[in-house]
Amino acid sequence: MAIVKTERHEDLPPPVSQTGVIGWMRENLFSSPLNALLTVVSLYVIWWAVSGIVSYAFINANFVGETREDCTGTGACWVFIKARFGQIMYGFYPVEERWRVDVGYVLAAIGLFFVLSDVVKDKKWSAIYMFVFVPVACYFLFYGGSFGLEVVETSQWGGLFLTLVLASVSIFVSLPLGIVLALGRRSSMPIVRMLCVGFIEFVRGVPLITVLFMASVMLPLFLPEGVNFDKLIRALVGMSLFSAAYMAEVVRGGLQAIPKGQMEAAKSLGLGYWQAMGLIILPQALKISIPSIVNTFIGLFKDTTLVLIIGLLDLLSIVKAGTTDKEWVGMATEGYVFVAAVFWVFCFGMSRYSIWLENKLHTGHKR
Amino acid sequence: MTTDVQGSVTGDSIFRDPRYRAIFYQILVIALFVSFVWYVGHNTAINLEKRGIASGFNFLSQPAGFGIGIVLLMDYSSQTSTHLDVLIIGIINTLAVSISGIFLATIIGFIFGVLRLSKNWVVNKIAAVYIEVIRNIPLLVQLMFWYFAVLSVLPLTKDSIQIGENFLINNRGVSFPAIIPSNGFWLITVAFLVAIVASIFIRKWAHKRQDLTGQVFPVLWASIGLIIALPVIASLIMGNPFTVNYPEFGRFSITGGWSLEPEFLALLLGLSIYTGAFIAEIVRSGINAVSHGQTEAAHSLGLRPGITTRLVILPQALRVIVPPLTSQYLNLTKNSSLATAIGYADITALFAGTSLNQTGQAIECIMITMIFYLSISLLISMFMNWYNKRIALVER
Repeated sequence: MAIVKTERHEDLPPPVSQTGVIGWMRENLFSSPLNALLTVVSLYVIWWAVSGIVSYAFINANFVGETREDCTGTGACWVFIKARFGQIMYGFYPVEERWRVDVGYVLAAIGLFFVLSDVVKDKKWSAIYMFVFVPVACYFLFYGGSFGLEVVETSQWGGLFLTLVLASVSIFVSLPLGIVLALGRRSSMPIVRMLCVGFIEFVRGVPLITVLFMASVMLPLFLPEGVNFDKLIRALVGMSLFSAAYMAEVVRGGLQAIPKGQMEAAKSLGLGYWQAMGLIILPQALKISIPSIVNTFIGLFKDTTLVLIIGLLDLLSIVKAGTTDKEWVGMATEGYVFVAAVFWVFCFGMSRYSIWLENKLHTGHKR
Repeated sequence: MTTDVQGSVTGDSIFRDPRYRAIFYQILVIALFVSFVWYVGHNTAINLEKRGIASGFNFLSQPAGFGIGIVLLMDYSSQTSTHLDVLIIGIINTLAVSISGIFLATIIGFIFGVLRLSKNWVVNKIAAVYIEVIRNIPLLVQLMFWYFAVLSVLPLTKDSIQIGENFLINNRGVSFPAIIPSNGFWLITVAFLVAIVASIFIRKWAHKRQDLTGQVFPVLWASIGLIIALPVIASLIMGNPFTVNYPEFGRFSITGGWSLEPEFLALLLGLSIYTGAFIAEIVRSGINAVSHGQTEAAHSLGLRPGITTRLVILPQALRVIVPPLTSQYLNLTKNSSLATAIGYADITALFAGTSLNQTGQAIECIMITMIFYLSISLLISMFMNWYNKRIALVER
């Protein structure tokens, strides 16, 4: 009478419909009729978009040639970008002087690598190199006028080069200014606080264009006769003040998250206001607000395109000027798609970096 | 250094005392600020005098003398209309594109925010791609793309794309049939308003009844029915007091009907698609912020998924969503100033652009424009604060 099995049956594998590719698809794509319909529709949309983009940008596109006549395909004509590549990258910077810009890029890239990555643990020397040496060196390289370098007027600067200059200078100026404004907003002195709140709220309430208009039209009126900034400096003043107000709010958020006990503890150790701020509060506050600071940088980087409206030849506006060239009629799509792609690479890179940093700095417990 | 009885530190000089030091610093700041303002004002006065520009707001009553592409709700002639009219037209145009943009961006944002949370992998990834692509490309580039690369290359007027009989798309914009009210149209408007008011009362009454008896009344369907039926009845009573004006091919352009200019369309598309991506992220994080226990609790009480979302998840998510949503609405309104770049006649393009160049009144024009944006910011944040207070958690 041995109908009951005595030995244990070997474990069966889970049914095919629940594991592997099929299981995953049943779970994630076809869990209900509505879901299945959505999946099918979405797949069709993806196929339509991807095939359209690929045939436009690659299969039917023109890559070889020199002039408009070489644009024979039905898709994009990247010849346009190729023919104007030098201008798109450097604007009207003299061709034989462009190596100076490249040297500046290399110096900055080395600095960025050491500041942003984990290769060197002690960041002091990388920081001094990046924030003192590189800016000074870049000024002498780009503008010239000493060390036997020819002067290149800022009106000749343009393209991606100008965009990067605008973004880096504004970032460089707005962060310290933003910190000062944030401290001012949390100050116990009512007049300082009022001035800071007034500035921050005013700037945050108006569009950047009006600030740029103000910088380009009204700044010359504010200065004594004879003193005249060039257009680039005016734009830089406008952009830096604008982003400083946003930066101030981000830093204030970080400051508010630091418990009051930190300041009290610092004071009870005998530290003064600036010592306590610089050694205890700000390092913690800045650390937790780094992701938001990077987000503000991304916004600032995108906003540099607005200088088109006050007539600077940044990446977008030099491409726009190119599309209105009589020799290159009908290149608007290629031009703007290219600009969009360049900006996307930079901004997406920054946002990924911010996510990476957020995870790295998250030293507390994590679920 | 000694410590006195009150415990405050008295030192070698009065400047060691924090209280006096604070007063001293503040006086210093005021002095710096006042002298800065005086210096700037002084320079400005000299510069204006040198250039022969009289400051003041008299220029507002001078004739403007330039044409404007898009004029809504107003009569405008380049001969007689003044700069004040230009300002009002600019304000109306800015409000028109901002309000329709906010409406559209909210819809796009909520749809993609919910899709981003979908368990369906493909749908989820499509939403992710939309958000990541759009958020990382400058708005101005997108506007240029829509205007110069999409809308400008649409077919010419005579080869318009036709959808149905009377819906035309060409490079001068989109045309569709217009409804021209005639005598007696007021009753339809009144009926429409009455229907909306009645819907609000029905909603209140239904809530009360449900609280008392537990019976549910189909408020949504009743309201939709009312809002459609009442105007239709009114129209029938008055004998259809309107004429429909269809767009027709004229000699050079399309005549009749209503049309949306490409500038407006490009700005509307650009603004709402861009802001929609940000709103989608806000919606996603808002819904994620509601703990999963809420869903489980609702299900264990026997609520169906649809009702759970509507009555349990969304009200709680909205509390998280509303504050950042407000700032997105503000951003959209401020970003509408990019209209300048594609030639839509908003306040920045018209007043801080053309009027400024014609009159040279830089300070006045820019100040008025800035004050306009500041008041819009203030109004939107006041409205949203009120709304936020209404839906905020009521605690004991």
